[in-house]
Amino acid sequence: MADTAGPEPIVASARPEGTLTRLMRRPLAVIGFVLIVVTVGAAVFAPWIAPFNPDDQMFDGLTLQGAPMPPGGKFLLGTDLLGRDLLSRILFGARTSLIIGLVANGAALTIGTVIGVTAGYFRGWLGAALMRFTDLMMAFPALLLAICLAAIFQPSLWIVAMVIAIVNWVQTARVLYTETTSLAEREFIAAEKTLGAGHIRILFRHILPHLVPMIIVWGTLGISTTVLLEATLSYLGVGVQPPTPSWGNIIFENQTYFQSAPWLVFFPGAAILLLALAFNLVGDALRDVLDPTQRGRD
Amino acid sequence: MRQEPVRAGANVIPDYLLTVEALNVSARTEAGLKPLVTDLSFSLRPGETLAIAGESGSGKSITSLAIMGLLPQPAVRVTGGRILFGGTDLAQLPERRLREIRGNRIAMIFQEPMTSLNPVMTVGAQLMEALQAHAPLGRAEARAEALAALKAVRISEPERRLSQYPHELSGGMRQRVMIAMAIALKPDLLIADEPTTALDVTVQREVLDLLRALQREMGTAIILITHDMGVVAEMADRVVVMQGGRKVEENAVRPLFAAPAAPYTRALLDAVPRMGRGEGPAARSGAAVTRLTEVTVTYDLRGGLLQRVRHRVHAAEGVSFDIRSGETFSLVGESGCGKSTIAKALVGLAPFSGGIEVAGRMLTPATVDQVRRDVQMVFQDPMASLDPRMRVGDLVAEPLVIHGIGTPETRRETVRALFHKVGLSSDQLDRYPHEFSGGQRQRICIARALALRPKLIVADESVSALDVSVQARVLALLKALKEEFGVAYLFISHDMAVVENISDRVAVMYLGQIVEMGTRGQIFGDPRHPYTRRLIEAVPVPDPTHVRSPAPLEAREIPSPLRAVGDPPPRARLVDIGAGHLVAMPPAAPG
Amino acid sequence: MLAYLARRLVQAALILLGVAFVTFALLYILPADPVRQIAGRAATAQTVANIRHQLGLDQPFLVQFWRYLTHLLQGDMGRSYMQKTEVATLIAARMPATLLLMLGAIGCELALGLTMGVIAALKRGTGVDQGLMIVSFVGVSAPQFVVGLLLLYVFAVQLGWFPIGGYGSFRHLVLPSITLGILGAGWYSRMMRSSMIDVLRQDFIRTARAKGLARRRIILRHALPNAILPIIAMIGIDIGVFMGGIVVVESVYGWPGIGQLAFQAIQRVDIPIIMGVTLVSACAIVLGNLLADLIAPFIDPRIKLR
Repeated sequence: MADTAGPEPIVASARPEGTLTRLMRRPLAVIGFVLIVVTVGAAVFAPWIAPFNPDDQMFDGLTLQGAPMPPGGKFLLGTDLLGRDLLSRILFGARTSLIIGLVANGAALTIGTVIGVTAGYFRGWLGAALMRFTDLMMAFPALLLAICLAAIFQPSLWIVAMVIAIVNWVQTARVLYTETTSLAEREFIAAEKTLGAGHIRILFRHILPHLVPMIIVWGTLGISTTVLLEATLSYLGVGVQPPTPSWGNIIFENQTYFQSAPWLVFFPGAAILLLALAFNLVGDALRDVLDPTQRGRD
Repeated sequence: MRQEPVRAGANVIPDYLLTVEALNVSARTEAGLKPLVTDLSFSLRPGETLAIAGESGSGKSITSLAIMGLLPQPAVRVTGGRILFGGTDLAQLPERRLREIRGNRIAMIFQEPMTSLNPVMTVGAQLMEALQAHAPLGRAEARAEALAALKAVRISEPERRLSQYPHELSGGMRQRVMIAMAIALKPDLLIADEPTTALDVTVQREVLDLLRALQREMGTAIILITHDMGVVAEMADRVVVMQGGRKVEENAVRPLFAAPAAPYTRALLDAVPRMGRGEGPAARSGAAVTRLTEVTVTYDLRGGLLQRVRHRVHAAEGVSFDIRSGETFSLVGESGCGKSTIAKALVGLAPFSGGIEVAGRMLTPATVDQVRRDVQMVFQDPMASLDPRMRVGDLVAEPLVIHGIGTPETRRETVRALFHKVGLSSDQLDRYPHEFSGGQRQRICIARALALRPKLIVADESVSALDVSVQARVLALLKALKEEFGVAYLFISHDMAVVENISDRVAVMYLGQIVEMGTRGQIFGDPRHPYTRRLIEAVPVPDPTHVRSPAPLEAREIPSPLRAVGDPPPRARLVDIGAGHLVAMPPAAPG
Repeated sequence: MLAYLARRLVQAALILLGVAFVTFALLYILPADPVRQIAGRAATAQTVANIRHQLGLDQPFLVQFWRYLTHLLQGDMGRSYMQKTEVATLIAARMPATLLLMLGAIGCELALGLTMGVIAALKRGTGVDQGLMIVSFVGVSAPQFVVGLLLLYVFAVQLGWFPIGGYGSFRHLVLPSITLGILGAGWYSRMMRSSMIDVLRQDFIRTARAKGLARRRIILRHALPNAILPIIAMIGIDIGVFMGGIVVVESVYGWPGIGQLAFQAIQRVDIPIIMGVTLVSACAIVLGNLLADLIAPFIDPRIKLR
């Protein structure tokens, strides 16, 4: 019904708008975007905007009874069990979260894309082998595997990033596998084959460009998963090790005291939630804008 | 252009069942309200069949949805006019009251029987539900009524159908179920929106005959929405022709076909391909560009614990023919007969056994790249076969780039020339496929297929998705290009009328095998195989004075091409009955 | 059907073998030495070597793996290095608690997620829809340990409605189930919403409307059964997510399940327990997926198991 009528007119094309413009028209995406910018700003400028050194165990950072200081006054968000300024630790913790979010997720995305697209396009024994391997990885309880790996290697920032990448590529691989198989069956790919195009040309000129929006979307959503996984590992004590501040290990260090000093859980917890939420909001909006199969869902 | 309505619909005469007055339907878009139907008026008497005919975008389907109150609100809604049904204005009726009328006094059947039934409910449950929504029936009574409705539509084994799911039925049977559901409560008005468009021609015949028989038995009025002037001529008492959301002409069916008043109607009727009796020049006798010998394509179905091949789909079985240079050779048949499989095998997209020879070269995995320069393909859906992310100029240049022909400058020149040949302007080279209409996109595909100067172009249902007026122009283009480039066509189609108009020689396929082959004159003027006859007789004739012999109403089903391993289908033997007219002798005759 | 089941079980066995091999290999290359842990810091080299020999850890890798496998097939998962108890006994003792927690979480996920998703789809584009979707976003973005600690602080510490931790009564179950289920509830509500919106656009919904059916019946009888299909497949995959989640949730609430067991074992390099828990988890994941695939044909008759 939507097809235009009559003697073959040129269908008036909607003026192509930038992805960013369309993104910025969504209030939720804007909120997410702002949160991300704020976090990146905090991470980059932490040395200048943090009121104290995050590792300083300050003499006046504890009450006379040795308890942490509540929020307000000199220490805006209070202090932790060792008398360190919580705000400063959270600001520096943003660096940990973002570095891991970008590095681990970048690596996971790369592995997932290569495996998913190869398996989806070539099928046959290669595709079957790759997908059986993916099934095997699916059967591992991801967090348990990550804990094992993190316990094996002495956890450092980079090791934690790699561990997260190893358990996190599976989802991307599965999604891109499905998408690639359905793309490979599309008629325009068959048409390319009848023109005599080879695998390399079809893969890079016709399949990958169609996958880019999806890769961007999953890349963005994946950062959120990664941030949560890092926080969880650090909370369990097998992630980023103190004294390097991470939002997860701040809670890990202080949870024994959380009944009397709930802000030590609340503030870093809120930071994790907001950053993960921000990437989820932006990723979801990107999906609506970029992914034609999802268009018109909202 | 716009005509005054033949009869003003404003005066409400009580003996009308339905009166549509100055109906306006609009869609809400970012650019404001976009009219889809403008000032449409018509009336319908009890027991009458009114056809609303038009091409895509004419607003005919929107009109039917407006009457049913099924417009996709709030985006699309009635913005003016009245729809009077038995004295009430349906356009003003609240949803609750409309629900009492829907399915009860006005029923509707849709184009796609495949998707119009709920896949997870049995046929019986869906039928009984329709009955129980309007009549206080118990389970047993509803079941009895549902069974009666299935019997009324002459479905085979009606008892068994009740407990089956839609996916277990063929397309024709599903449409019968839809009709059973619609007529179960004996409505006053039945709206049929392209009820046979998705069906094969022989099934279409059965469904049309059934609709007419039911109307005679029950006296239901029918609004038939269709693009097919043949269906209009066969079914309608009166016709409303629509274009661009407006009525351009309304008349009784005979005078409308005999003396169309509006220029649009005239153009539409002129564009409709008609079946003659197969006259025309005899087949050319050139050298063969392509020769298929005993081509068989099977697909394996695996099953069991070890995933061994248990069954095979015999998509094509022992197909042999040759195409001579400069000739249009057509393969016709209904869905699943293997005609598209042959096309795929020919362009190297489907593995086959047997021999395919193109321009003196056998097609093997080793030679497929060279052979592809001589055989190009034009697909059914031009939008799907063009990479939506590439500019059309690059798309047409693609085969030249792949085969390393020319420099970027000379390629650009070639593409420019090709664009002119297919009737497009070369200043459109930098646009994207979605900026073109369906017919233009198919022209782009044709230009791309011509770029390598192939000897054979395989056109797989290439005009089937186009409106008739566009279709006529694309067919004319194909004819002209044949003369100019000396290319041969393998033309694959389900549309007998189109095939008769374009072909030099024709092969009829049934269940993966050729059952009859000959010149256009032999096939259409003197069809011998019972299946060929059935196909030809089934085509609706765009002439209301045409008298058709009464046919049986029972559904006939095509047997499955799925067979156990080691049990290949019996081969038909083709016998020459004179002058190269080949006819299959049994066993391949249909039931 | 039987052939399908047999094939799937063979596949499952192969996957479990793969999981066993990979885990065993990972633990073999572990830099932390379990023998040192057992023997203690003061032990002499001779004691260490004795213990190593006792445990068979001085044998080549493949021999160790083969011995583990053959024992496993007889139902013997070995003994814990630290607790000197049969691993199978340890896991069996803690399994009921974990299963109970997972059941509670699945119930919470489905009840919250499906309801929110259906309502959002029906109220599509309204404030209700947007509000629900923001809630679901918060659900998928909230770290489970933070949710757990906060729920504990508010409802147990401050309000005193629920016990602070432990295991036993229904009241003990509520907070851990919600904590574990909130993530899935977020995903399910989003999936259910988009699935429902897709289904509501289908031709057969239009047919149902054309029959004059009531809106309620169209939604419950026609839309819902079709929309729920992708969710069923998800529940299978979800078991894997749960297996990770229980480590966190059990540690926050002091819930005596296999999550805690695993976590303690990892910290003490108690290899037989780590192996056992990983295998049991993998088993649960594989079986969960199989179960989801087996249920699907009952909801959608088009699905054939081959």
